[in-house]
Amino acid sequence: MSRIFSIPVFMTLIGLAACSTPGPGEAPDGIFDPQEQTNRRIHEMNKTIDEKVLRPVGTAIGGGEGGGAMTVVSNFASNLDTPGTIVNQLLQLDFEGAVHNTWRFVVNTTIGLGGLADPATMIGLTEDESDFGETLYVWGFPEGEYMELPVLGPSTERDATGMVVDLFTNPLSYVLPSPEKYVGTGLKAVAKLGKRGRYAELVDGVLYDSADSYAQSRMTYLQNRRYELGDQAMDTYISPDDIDTEGF
Amino acid sequence: MTFMTRRDFLAASTSSAAVLVTAAPSWAALDPNKARSLIDDLVAAINKVIASGKSEAAMYRDFEAIFRKYADTSYIAAYAMGVDGRRATSAQKSAFSDAFISYIGRKYGSRFREFIGGRLEVNEVRPLKDFFEVSTTAYLRGEKPFEVSFHVSDRTGKHLFFNMFIEGVNLLLTERTEVGAMLDKRGGNIDAMIEDLKKAG
Repeated sequence: MSRIFSIPVFMTLIGLAACSTPGPGEAPDGIFDPQEQTNRRIHEMNKTIDEKVLRPVGTAIGGGEGGGAMTVVSNFASNLDTPGTIVNQLLQLDFEGAVHNTWRFVVNTTIGLGGLADPATMIGLTEDESDFGETLYVWGFPEGEYMELPVLGPSTERDATGMVVDLFTNPLSYVLPSPEKYVGTGLKAVAKLGKRGRYAELVDGVLYDSADSYAQSRMTYLQNRRYELGDQAMDTYISPDDIDTEGF
Repeated sequence: MTFMTRRDFLAASTSSAAVLVTAAPSWAALDPNKARSLIDDLVAAINKVIASGKSEAAMYRDFEAIFRKYADTSYIAAYAMGVDGRRATSAQKSAFSDAFISYIGRKYGSRFREFIGGRLEVNEVRPLKDFFEVSTTAYLRGEKPFEVSFHVSDRTGKHLFFNMFIEGVNLLLTERTEVGAMLDKRGGNIDAMIEDLKKAG
């Protein structure tokens, strides 16, 4: 056990050593992006990948008729991920969440035929995902720099570190034999592609219709991620008294 | 973070009206019931357009009219223009406002089509600073329900919403980023940006 955990812990420490940077609210507009030039290059590359591969494949499998099959794939992949969420919630001392997800996993694995269906949601045990990025947030680590990862897209130093650690947090990956444990990862990728097809218009709006898709996806990611984490540090409210609306 | 149900809030606000008044000195008329009914009306108006089955162009015009009726458009336009608003002439400001409101009608109108067959339910109203937050849940077909919230104030004398959040993503910031990028593309030329805005969305 100790050897298993020493790897992620070691990697976390390496990742976070570089992470002693301002969090939201400490930079103008709540954005800390010192590697913007590099990130923009990666963004252009990601856009090309999206245009040539992700978008066409995603629309083919996730749009229209493919929607039903994709729901099954996404249910199955998400159920395989649930034990990882439980581990993270335990690490966050979120026992309520851990119990909720344990029930969810039990119901979906049994009645939901190994996770193909999602009967748990119907009885009120809705999806409540977590990851090691959130664990780091709960433990008080700063968000760090914004970064756009190749293929994977928008992230932050803290979330990228969390993603690496999450390769080790799912207990199923220690229990399942070697080829089977990669099935989950593969299906997760397929489910992601399906989502790309399903939300085609929305993603297209950000990537292809906005004046600066890099700035727009950065803004959207940071706001949504902070909302998920419950991080209220970024206060963008400007009182109507402090804004000159004369003439508008 | 504590959430209040409507009933809790009403009880709290009647028993401690004085607290509410100190929290919002210049907004004494701000009323949680009015904030809630504004959003109820807004949701009903949007649903009516979606159900009308009109052409896309006609729907966008309807959405624009809804936005003009229910939103504090001058605050939203001023926020979206940000510091660049300070160097704009009044003619530019009013041209920008106009182009911006139509742009919002087109942009969000095309998103609302995804709401066909879905519904928004108003959950609760809670006071924040000098305004109210009305939170709603969007139930779309085959989707996990998600939160859409509105910020409502009566700064103009009427209850109007001045910001909208979809799962934490804020309309004001999104559009300020967009307008800022459009200005950068045009080397800061406000007139050129307004022309681009008329074609965007």
